Amino acid sequence: MELDVVSLSRFQFAMTALYHFLFVPLTLGLSMLLAIMETVYVTTGRAIWRQMTQFWGVLFGINFVLGVATGLTMEFQFGMNWSYYSHYVGDIFGAPLAVEGLMAFFLEATFVGLFFFGWDKLSKLGHLAATWAVAIGSNFSALWILIANGWMQNPVGAAFNPQTMRMEMVDFFEVVFNPVAQAKFVHTVSAGYVAASFFVLGVSAWYMLKGRHIALAKRSMTVAASFGLAASLSVVVLGDESGYLATEHQKMKLAAIESMWETEPAPAAFTAFGFPDQAARETHFAIHIPWLTGLVSTRSLNTEVPGIRDLVDLAKLRIRQGIVAYDALQGIRAAGGSGEPIPAAAQENFEANGRQLGYAYLLRRYVDDPRQATDAQIDQAAWDTVPQVAPLFWTFRIMVGLGVFFIVMMVTFFYLASRRRLDRYRWLLWVAVFSIPLPWVAIESGWFVAEFGRQPWIIEGVLPTAAAVSHLGIWDVLFTICGFVVIYTTLAIIEVKLMLKAIRKGPAFDNAHPKPNASLPSPGMHGAKPVPAE
Amino acid sequence: MILHELIDYPTLRIIWWALIGVLLIGFAMTDGFDLGVGVLSPFVARTDMERRIALNAIGPVWEGNQVWLILGGGAIFAAWPPLYAVSFSGFYLAMFLVLAALILRPVGMKYRSKRPEAAWRARWDAALFVAGFVPSLIFGVAVGNALVGAPFYFTTEMVPRYAGSFLGLLGPFPLLCGVLAVSMVVMHGGAWLTLKTDGPIAERSRRYGSMAALAVMVLFALGGLVVWLLLDGYRITSPIVTDGPSNPLLKSVVREPGAWMTNYRTYPWMLIAPAAGFIGAAGAWLGMRARSEVGTLLLSKLSIFGVISTVGVSMFPFLLPSSHAPDASLTVWDSSSSHLTLFIMLVSTAIFLPIILAYTSWVYRVLWGKVTEEEIRRTTDSAY
Repeated sequence: MELDVVSLSRFQFAMTALYHFLFVPLTLGLSMLLAIMETVYVTTGRAIWRQMTQFWGVLFGINFVLGVATGLTMEFQFGMNWSYYSHYVGDIFGAPLAVEGLMAFFLEATFVGLFFFGWDKLSKLGHLAATWAVAIGSNFSALWILIANGWMQNPVGAAFNPQTMRMEMVDFFEVVFNPVAQAKFVHTVSAGYVAASFFVLGVSAWYMLKGRHIALAKRSMTVAASFGLAASLSVVVLGDESGYLATEHQKMKLAAIESMWETEPAPAAFTAFGFPDQAARETHFAIHIPWLTGLVSTRSLNTEVPGIRDLVDLAKLRIRQGIVAYDALQGIRAAGGSGEPIPAAAQENFEANGRQLGYAYLLRRYVDDPRQATDAQIDQAAWDTVPQVAPLFWTFRIMVGLGVFFIVMMVTFFYLASRRRLDRYRWLLWVAVFSIPLPWVAIESGWFVAEFGRQPWIIEGVLPTAAAVSHLGIWDVLFTICGFVVIYTTLAIIEVKLMLKAIRKGPAFDNAHPKPNASLPSPGMHGAKPVPAE
Repeated sequence: MILHELIDYPTLRIIWWALIGVLLIGFAMTDGFDLGVGVLSPFVARTDMERRIALNAIGPVWEGNQVWLILGGGAIFAAWPPLYAVSFSGFYLAMFLVLAALILRPVGMKYRSKRPEAAWRARWDAALFVAGFVPSLIFGVAVGNALVGAPFYFTTEMVPRYAGSFLGLLGPFPLLCGVLAVSMVVMHGGAWLTLKTDGPIAERSRRYGSMAALAVMVLFALGGLVVWLLLDGYRITSPIVTDGPSNPLLKSVVREPGAWMTNYRTYPWMLIAPAAGFIGAAGAWLGMRARSEVGTLLLSKLSIFGVISTVGVSMFPFLLPSSHAPDASLTVWDSSSSHLTLFIMLVSTAIFLPIILAYTSWVYRVLWGKVTEEEIRRTTDSAY
């Protein structure tokens, strides 16, 4: 990696975003599980479900604050490190972020206080409503953030305005109902549900192995297995939908994931294993599964999936169109500046080629004025549209492999729970404990595929990442990277320690030792029956 | 889509100028007291239990309150993209400090009382002080720099550039504004703690809060004098086009002494803003002495409304003037989002802001009442 502002800013964004997304999935999923548990409590009136809600709520709280705190970084960073991006697409990208605040985050953050502080201030139903408000708020929050992110992958409903030199919204509903965003939303929240289910399943399994809190653990595992089974199936179905949409909107990302250098006759094979070689532009030792890629990504037997080389040829064509658009834009601006009427030729050329303007900016790496670019430079810029294949190839396979494993695990535990045999196989319980981190591995891999696979674009086909950065010094960015590393590492250590401490301590209600600050043991949690000793 | 033409572009721009004000004032009125409690805690809450009472006085609400800031940031991004781009990147290191402090806050709140060790708690208490003090100071300094003008410009392709440095932000007038902002949140935090607590914490909060209210009056007056007599303001000299494209490079601007006072001469009713700043602070001072808890809080809010609105109306139509290239200054007429985006955002705000206000008031009502030691002991698992 070169030590320039672009690479450093990318590194900082990737680091802080991946870190933020360590906490988000658990917030998304656990808030739903809390709402489900409390609903059972309110409908059946059985105290153990309330205790479950409160116990998992403590762990939820430890995780939630870091999700909120690190989310602030994300909002600030667009302006701090990507100011040209913010100026260029703020008209479209800012709107879903603001709506997220209005519609979702306010709800979530306002009611999370009541979730923790409202147990004896609210009626049963009142508190349940607060818990659902947190769950709905956090999930809607994900919806709007993914609408914003989906637009970066598939920028619909917007056009470039030469007068303001930026992209502007032309159709809000196209932005909201962007198919890429909708598929991403369900895929991402389902992944969060899977993560939370594995978390609850694993922690409960540990209690079973230690012979503690059996009643709570069994019920929690049953909820987690049912919810997790539905979620892990949904992740794969919507992941498949995302793949299908990538075929339509992000062909290069798909080709890179598949390490497919040449267009193959339909239906294309899936490369299950192999070593992608960027320099030689081929894949060594590839093991193919016939038809699979073609079937999954085009849902037909006779549609071709274009390979990298053909897509590079397409990029060359678009770069040339982009140069025409760039030239026309200069004509339009010159006329605008001097107050003369805009030349008809420039107007016409811009209308015909304006969509590819971003491709001209890819040449900036080699030449200041894209119109001066040589054929060799256009060739180079076209090959720049190929992301690094090997990391994408591998992270994608890790994600998919884990996705299959999640379904198997959830089916198994769902079966055991329905047969009331959760405590039968100790080794399976250990598998559940050690599986806790795996959904996070899959989720972070998924984000890597989504974002790294879009490179060199920050907005697919519209703005190259390199053009989007702020005018900062290398030392500024290095300083903040160090700052984030120090703060985030410290917080991660503290978070994990507190989480482990809370898990070891277990639910408060059958704790043998009164808490240091408590003058009385909780007086039966206000009418709730104490849980029978286990 | 023709619907958005229902409201014309200049009107939408003014509405969004006012709405950003509403969001920032909403932030200062609500989260302001949370920040103030952070700053005040070491002085008014001396034992561990007092600390916990002070923290739990803001415990259930600060998270929701902070969303005013997040929403304010999001709304600036959506409604005034050039302002968002220029200010966040220009004030890069200052923004990082704010961010670092704001990250410490939720974590400090949640984690402080999770372990019994005194050293652990003392560290988080220090963090919470920083988390209240630093953002308040820097927000004030940022507003001061907005009044002075920030050294930014645009390249011909509208790429924002910044010609200043971090230390350049710390001029005497911006620092004065920073101290004013800290005094304001301390006044507000004091008012909140007198309402939500009893005994020695409330007593000390009243004392520090009334000192802060005096400081607000003095510093606000001093700031006003500087703006009137010493500081250059900015004025648009080219014909003003209110419905033109959002391109800040199409006008000319001059810097001149006293320019931030012209709006008050043209529209004397705007003097309501500075008057509210003074009356509110004076009222809060009296209220603390008269032991009127709710009255003090409301008057403190009035003061905050007045001080922040004063900045807004003094600068109107400027959002962020450029000291480096005055023509590139960002104004209400040339730095907004498109007509369509402003309209859509207005519709969403019109739908959701009343809902937010409704449930926020409900939550505050549920949580009404003083925080007591007994309550914290009883709910020690969920309490901060």
